Amino acid sequence: MDDNKPLTAKDLVTNQEVRWCPGCGDYSILKQVQTVIPELGLKRENIVFISGIGCSSRFPYYMETYGMHSIHGRATAIASGLKAVRDDLSVWIITGDGDSLSIGGNHFIHLLRRNFDVNILLFNNEIYGLTKGQYSPTSHKGQITKSSPFGTVDYAFNPVALCLGADASFIARTMDRDPIHMREILKRAHLHKGASAIEIYQNCNVFNDGAFELFTEKTTKKLHTVFVNHGKPLVFGQDSEKGIILDGTTPRIVELSNYSLNDLWIHDESDRNKAFILARMFDDPTQEGAMPRPFGVFYAETRACYEDLLNQQVEKITTTRGKGNLDAILRGNSVWEIV
Amino acid sequence: MHLYKQYIFYMSKLTEIKDDVTIMFAGDSGDGIQLAGTQFTDTAALFGNDISTFPNFPAEIRAPQGTLAGVSGFQLHFGSVKINTPGDKLDVLVVMNAAALKANLKNLKKGGTIIANIDGFDRKNLKLAQYDDNQNPLEDNSLNNYKLYTIDVTKQTKASLSESGLGTKDAERSKNMFLLGFIYWMYNRKMDSTIKFIEDKFKHNQQLIDANIKVLKAGYNFGETSEVFSNRYEVKAAPMPKGTYRGITGNQATALGLIAAAEKSGLKLFYGTYPITPASDILHELSKHKNFGVKTFQAEDEIAAICASIGASFGGALAVTGSSGPGIALKTEAIGLALMLELPLVIVNVQRGGPSTGLPTKTEQADLLQAVYGRNGEAPVPVIAACSPSNCFDMVFEACRIAVEYMTPVMLLTDGYIANGAEPWKFPSSTELPEIKVEFAQSSNTIENFMPYARNEKLARPWAIPGTKGLEHRIGGLEKEDITGNISYDPNNHEKMVKLRAAKVEGISHRIPEQTYENGQKNADVLLVGWGGTYGVIKSAVAELIAEGFSVAHIHVKYLNPFPSNLGSILKQHKNILVPELNNGQLVKIIRDKYLVPAQGINKIQGLPFHASDIKEAVYTLLNQKSILAGNPA
Ligand code: SF4
Repeated sequence: MDDNKPLTAKDLVTNQEVRWCPGCGDYSILKQVQTVIPELGLKRENIVFISGIGCSSRFPYYMETYGMHSIHGRATAIASGLKAVRDDLSVWIITGDGDSLSIGGNHFIHLLRRNFDVNILLFNNEIYGLTKGQYSPTSHKGQITKSSPFGTVDYAFNPVALCLGADASFIARTMDRDPIHMREILKRAHLHKGASAIEIYQNCNVFNDGAFELFTEKTTKKLHTVFVNHGKPLVFGQDSEKGIILDGTTPRIVELSNYSLNDLWIHDESDRNKAFILARMFDDPTQEGAMPRPFGVFYAETRACYEDLLNQQVEKITTTRGKGNLDAILRGNSVWEIV
Repeated sequence: MHLYKQYIFYMSKLTEIKDDVTIMFAGDSGDGIQLAGTQFTDTAALFGNDISTFPNFPAEIRAPQGTLAGVSGFQLHFGSVKINTPGDKLDVLVVMNAAALKANLKNLKKGGTIIANIDGFDRKNLKLAQYDDNQNPLEDNSLNNYKLYTIDVTKQTKASLSESGLGTKDAERSKNMFLLGFIYWMYNRKMDSTIKFIEDKFKHNQQLIDANIKVLKAGYNFGETSEVFSNRYEVKAAPMPKGTYRGITGNQATALGLIAAAEKSGLKLFYGTYPITPASDILHELSKHKNFGVKTFQAEDEIAAICASIGASFGGALAVTGSSGPGIALKTEAIGLALMLELPLVIVNVQRGGPSTGLPTKTEQADLLQAVYGRNGEAPVPVIAACSPSNCFDMVFEACRIAVEYMTPVMLLTDGYIANGAEPWKFPSSTELPEIKVEFAQSSNTIENFMPYARNEKLARPWAIPGTKGLEHRIGGLEKEDITGNISYDPNNHEKMVKLRAAKVEGISHRIPEQTYENGQKNADVLLVGWGGTYGVIKSAVAELIAEGFSVAHIHVKYLNPFPSNLGSILKQHKNILVPELNNGQLVKIIRDKYLVPAQGINKIQGLPFHASDIKEAVYTLLNQKSILAGNPA
């Protein structure tokens, strides 16, 4: 690649044949990522994609950057070590609901807590696709799958609430079927210094087709979703005729015929408490009176990154004590001579 | 007048010269036993004795006071002769309480010396130590076969501090100093080094400095003035090779070896780990040396610890993870990943008693098969083992060299015994250490030309780190196509890759030192094949057997996978092969499998090191049987 030529989406395509099922939501995510990255001013050699195991985790093979397709659940841990020694790299973690919330749950929450400066793309399809259709920790209760022919009795995770509970410094939700929104969120995630967790609703058309249909389809999307933007009121509905107010700590749907925009809940990305309330707007969309599902940036805060603190500590100690002298530590504090 | 009196007493006491002495300090884990032990060790080392130590901790940090489970011990063997082990049997047993006596008496030589703190033998302590009602071993003549000296350490300590203004609790805490002072007197030692240590340790509290020094000196003077003790001993300096020495434990040596390897390779050290006994001291030591650019990462679990290290290795760091058996079990899948990625990684296993949680504070060598074979698929990993505390330095340095030269995970086995044990170390200077050559793959303008799984003459693939222009590539745990590194399910390719990875590891046998004899001749009747921390004791046993006229030889295998290329030919030269191991027979299995030789095991699985006598007995038995079989009773 020519140094002077700006990076294009095409430069990020590898010679590997993409092997997802036709119609899989993963294609859209790959496309948006390849579209957004050239806009971020990064050098291709400084980008690393790290994934675990699952359909989504094949992603690095399709990105002409550095990449690692690791083992189940561990991408977050591997990325942590990489970032700890290489803060110059732009590190992207590709994971799924089983990979990050089940087998890799521990590393996932600890990465968020430590706040490494990475972007985590959590492809949530509420199913195990690669292993052919078992329920996942985000499958809804009662879901019929290959491993739950009579319906699951598992209670489902709410990934955004989980991230908030783990003190993530940036949390957003987007969907495979809304490329413009996804690109916007990807850019925000990149710009955020710290761990950015993005939950992406991704349709698995083979094992869990239509899981997010009410949120993604043209006819129902406007009624069942609310797109939140910092400083803007929470408005939704077929003709933006509805809004959400905060009644104490309880969100309620109101008609804009009775309320003005100023009465509505104004989204504030820096408000952690309200982010929790927003995250709990997690009703079953088929239920009467269900709250719309929020999309956008739930929460963003500026907080020191692990790798920066680590590097600062190393620098500080090196300055105060001077660069380590191997002979001095080999010698230790107390020696004796045999003559 | 005062001086005159002391002089008389000194003259009246007998000084006996000893070649070597094994002494154990034992008491509650809260009694400061380990500290007294390490102080005596430092002083003996400074004096020029050869030394070997063995701390023995209870599993619980605060096991119930006064109970057998709570006994902490520190065993020290020092001498004017070459010292290979912390000693089989004790010459001197210093006990703070009844439980400490009960737990260790069986290890005391007949006629050995017991120094007991009377205060630890009151009704309560006797009961806790499970002595029968009304039985007090200090009074019932049951210790008649030993030299028993009793001191009311608590009373003496308090008395010496009566004017210090120190609370009873603080005063009691310095009991260990009284005993230490007394032992210094007994072995005619200077207290300077311990006084300096006290001054450093309590540098913010003059009252504690004064109190501890006072008690230490009180203990010394007690020996001097009390008429109970008639004997003093002298152990002269040992004839060791000329040079500058320091004391070192195995875990310290491992940490220093890693820092040295980082310096000599020009790589930054990354140590990803999770706290576990008995490996945590490596983390503690490394975390002190951030000014070498060392990064320690205390991960959320064992799996994260190794995975973070793999990430760091991908990024171009000298990546290391350390643990003990249970933690290594958790890391297993990731070791397979590192092997598939062909990235350098050092895995340190400080072995302890297993299986499962097993005996966390006790030593064992039972993870050899796990190290060599314990992964899914055909997954060869180089395995090497350290044989003594200071040897951990050399072997971890070697592990780093192999890892980066061959682009492979390497497992280093140490064990709780050498990790916590200490010995004198004639440490190298930085210039004596070899360079570790690292070449990252270089930037290229034509990406099509970069083949991440092309190999050099050692079959190692290039280390192409992110940030290098033109070398963008993907690696992963799925089977790789030869040369290109693309995913491949091709049957022939898989077989080829399995064989290539095996050949790469096997090839290391040509670039490691040939196996040599530690002792004995190549035509000896019996060959003892040891590995790991049993080195010292096998060496002692073989030296004694040879002195007794037996035809015995000793080799100690440091490279366990692959073996040195000449190992097979050595084994075939001996009629009888014995493999002493602190396990149920692991190296013996591998050797029999690989070389089809009739090797037999000598096994001890008690969480404790061998005694030289264990090994000698096994040799006697073998030779006896042989001569009986030959119709020729010995
Ligand atoms: S199984 Fe589902 S998630 Fe996996 S590739 Fe196919 S459609 Fe996509």
